[in-house]
Amino acid sequence: MISKLLQHIFKHIDSFLMVCLFFTLMVGLFVLYSASGQNLSRVYAQGINIAVAFGLMWAAANIAPNQLERIAMPLYLLGVVLLISVALFGHISHGAQRWLDIGPIKIQPSEIMRIAMPMMLAFYFSKQEGKPMMADFAIGALLLAVPVALIMKQPDLGTSLLVVASGFYILFLAGLNWKFLLGGAVAFAALTPVFWSMLHDYQRRRIEILIDPTQDPLGSGYHTIQAMIAIGSGGMAGKGWLNGTQTQLDFLPERTTDFIFAVFSEEFGFMGNLLLLGLFSLIIMRGFVIASQAQSTFARLLAGSITLTFFTYVFVNMGMVSGILPIVGVPLPLISYGGTSMVTICVSFGILMSIQTHKKLVAT
Amino acid sequence: MRAELKNFQHEQYYFRLRLGFTALVVLVLFGTLAFRFSYLQIKQFNHYQTLAEKNRISLVPIVPNRGLILDRNGVILAHNFFVYTLEITPSKIKDIEATIAEVSKLVEVSSLDRKRFNKLREESRNFESVPIRTHLNEVEAASFAVNHYRFPGVEIKSRLYRHYPLGKLGAHIVGYIGRINDKDLLSLEQDGVLSNYKGSDHVGKSGVEQFYESQLHGTTGFQQVETDADGRAVRVLTSNAPVPGDNLILSVDSKLQEIAETAFGERRGALVAINPKTGEVLSYVSQPTFDPNLFVDGIDVDNWKLLNESLDKPLINRPIRGVYPPGSTFKPFVAMAGLESDKRIPPFAIQDAGYFSLPNSTHRYRDWKPGGHGLVDMQRAITISCDTFFYGLALELGIDRLTGFVRHFGFGDKTGIDIQGENGGLLPTPDWKMRRFKQPWYQGETVIVGIGQGYTLTTPMQLAYATATLANDGVAMRPHLVTHIQKAITNESQAIPLIAQDRIPLKPENIAIVKQGMLDVTLPGGTAASVGANAGYSIAAKTGTAQVIGIKQNAKYNADTIDERHRDHALFIAYAPAEDPTIALAVIVENGGHGGSAAGPIARKVMDYYLLGKLPTPDAKTEDKKAAVKPADGTGVSITTSQPAPEEELHD
Repeated sequence: MISKLLQHIFKHIDSFLMVCLFFTLMVGLFVLYSASGQNLSRVYAQGINIAVAFGLMWAAANIAPNQLERIAMPLYLLGVVLLISVALFGHISHGAQRWLDIGPIKIQPSEIMRIAMPMMLAFYFSKQEGKPMMADFAIGALLLAVPVALIMKQPDLGTSLLVVASGFYILFLAGLNWKFLLGGAVAFAALTPVFWSMLHDYQRRRIEILIDPTQDPLGSGYHTIQAMIAIGSGGMAGKGWLNGTQTQLDFLPERTTDFIFAVFSEEFGFMGNLLLLGLFSLIIMRGFVIASQAQSTFARLLAGSITLTFFTYVFVNMGMVSGILPIVGVPLPLISYGGTSMVTICVSFGILMSIQTHKKLVAT
Repeated sequence: MRAELKNFQHEQYYFRLRLGFTALVVLVLFGTLAFRFSYLQIKQFNHYQTLAEKNRISLVPIVPNRGLILDRNGVILAHNFFVYTLEITPSKIKDIEATIAEVSKLVEVSSLDRKRFNKLREESRNFESVPIRTHLNEVEAASFAVNHYRFPGVEIKSRLYRHYPLGKLGAHIVGYIGRINDKDLLSLEQDGVLSNYKGSDHVGKSGVEQFYESQLHGTTGFQQVETDADGRAVRVLTSNAPVPGDNLILSVDSKLQEIAETAFGERRGALVAINPKTGEVLSYVSQPTFDPNLFVDGIDVDNWKLLNESLDKPLINRPIRGVYPPGSTFKPFVAMAGLESDKRIPPFAIQDAGYFSLPNSTHRYRDWKPGGHGLVDMQRAITISCDTFFYGLALELGIDRLTGFVRHFGFGDKTGIDIQGENGGLLPTPDWKMRRFKQPWYQGETVIVGIGQGYTLTTPMQLAYATATLANDGVAMRPHLVTHIQKAITNESQAIPLIAQDRIPLKPENIAIVKQGMLDVTLPGGTAASVGANAGYSIAAKTGTAQVIGIKQNAKYNADTIDERHRDHALFIAYAPAEDPTIALAVIVENGGHGGSAAGPIARKVMDYYLLGKLPTPDAKTEDKKAAVKPADGTGVSITTSQPAPEEELHD
């Protein structure tokens, strides 16, 4: 009886994905304990974040893909309206305008857009009969550009990059012409100087420091240098849990959030890194499987985009912490401390699960 | 339906193709990450491990306790104690003036403190902390500590401070330490001991503090400390204890020193007393003196001006830096030169008419006593300080033979005392004059060297050393202030070896003549009869007067009519007990007038205490002044050469 009830409750949970998520989250809690200076209340707080995120993931998993398809457009429009409101009445903190105060809660509309964007584009392309035309991609690009411009204006380079990525993956998976891609790449190269001039000073500085962190070892380069020292000194097997000197002696900045990977890497070494990369690979692999087995255009585009966006998260974070990508302020999914990104990630996994578990048997 | 299905399959195929491509990209990019990790963690592991260790571990020097300086009876002349200081690290603060203004609301900061702070700031490096206030009391330290969080870059430190409990007394012996400046850094680097001064702020700047710096400083210890990103020490990894500096035990007796310094009163001058048998310096006076404590935390501008610009020049270490013409105190050594060259051997005597003339010249070198002394032999010439006798002797010896001989007594050369910066004085020779003035030597210049005038210059140290050598029958013991160096931990002390620097082969009968002449100086009829009166022991002495300004051939020296600073210097050398001397000394009272009356009583007080333990009577000073009404002592001098007599060379 109880097992039947449980079966019913977890009917739409993908157990493979769930196990992978669980292990990764456990690793994250252990690393967080070390990174926070053995602060248990930090770990509890993250536990609550995870619990809330799991609740929302369960909810998302129980919404059928066709229902998701129906709310794609309204959610996208809501996101855009909220982003405009942020630009008009947003709450400013740390020099950025990202938050919207609604009564007692503060929401970050750019996070909504991270889910609404791929949903909207997947919805748009699923409605086109036959092979999408060039005009469809132009409309898709426009749907993508408006919210991204609003997010960039906040400014939030990390999130806008991820939203662009999530939208771009839809366009690519929907069959964006290779020639067009190539042309886009050339155009991008040509437009780089223009883009450069549009960046904020601190963003430019971050890119400059990326190329040569020693330029400003005590200022902006300090993050990268200390993170690289942490990773490098971890060696093959790491210094052991709670024994990372860079971490425990406060040399590593932002070590519970964006730079938590350096903590993990220092204490668990190269072996630990490979293990973590393995866990992430399993999650991504599962995403690919779900996408390739999905039964509607909407579902497969959305699943593909979610999976690739997750990958982008991981790659950009690890790349920036290990000094091969600019510091753009992207957390390491499932590991970094913080509720907002945890919820966004888990909801997107809920959607993946929904796509996987709402399949009907199709005769071939 | 079929077409639809086919369309679906076609679409799915395309989708999977594209998805496969992205999977490949994912693989390549994850591969890139793995490659990056292997580069950082395996290939560059050693490099980053070193950097991490450097981050984490810092070496903190532990400054050793500086050795103590004690007098011969164990009285402390220099020691250390802990004081709270409030220090500012300029590099950590944006607006220093505003910070000081805020701090001064909690802890009083005087304008003197500010001046000193500004001076120290110029001298020190930007990342070093500089004291804004020293000697905080408990209440001040506590009230700042409570508000410490408001002042990043301002700290309370507990520093070991050098203190000289006797203050001015013996300041020129002990010297002082001061903050290490660029010049000190350079010399420490040249000596190869710079690493031992990591963490040290101070170095000996003068006196034995400077001369025995390497013994006093000790060996700096080190702690390997694990530090966090803010530089706070988390825990000590290894510790290497410092070795405290050695203690110095001086030959000086602080009580005797006090008596000697007090005896000078307000007068300027110097005194050096030596035990002739050992070379131990018993007393070493340079008047006026200064308080060495002023220099320890860096002297403030006002006090510095006061000391440095004073006409009395209290910072000059007169016994070794002050050069004076020896005047008649030179005569016993000229006499020794004569006797050893078989000149003026008794019963030789001259008939003194009150002047001496060179052959074929009408110029008269006058004796201090108009009309002369009558029949004078060598012994009496010393006793009554007969100028005429020594004019002739000097001329007969010749300048080379004369200076060549007295050089053995230490004139014209450093004595080797253990204080830096000794001046070697000057024994003039024709060669020297040619080099110095490009002029030939005149016979007349030889004549006046015979009475310690002309170019001849000596330091009080040299005079005392020469007197001690004479008293010790020609055996010249190296003079020294430090007798023992004591290990701070074991208290094991090592004696400084006694070194005979020269053994002058003097005939005993010649020594006897000179010594008898000097003994008679303090007996009735001698030039310092009052000094020897009622002594209770025998004193051999010689008075002297050194001219400060030249007197024209026919002018008469009148102390009352010339400026105080142009009056003659009074000199006095002596040893006692004459038959078996244990103390030999030289006294100079600048612009004091006559040696017997101005300098002699000071010497007497020192000898009285040293030999008999007798304290000076409080009214002794006024008696001295009465006694100064010209008795038959003193040695007036006239100089006829075109060169004016060299003035005192107290310029540093």
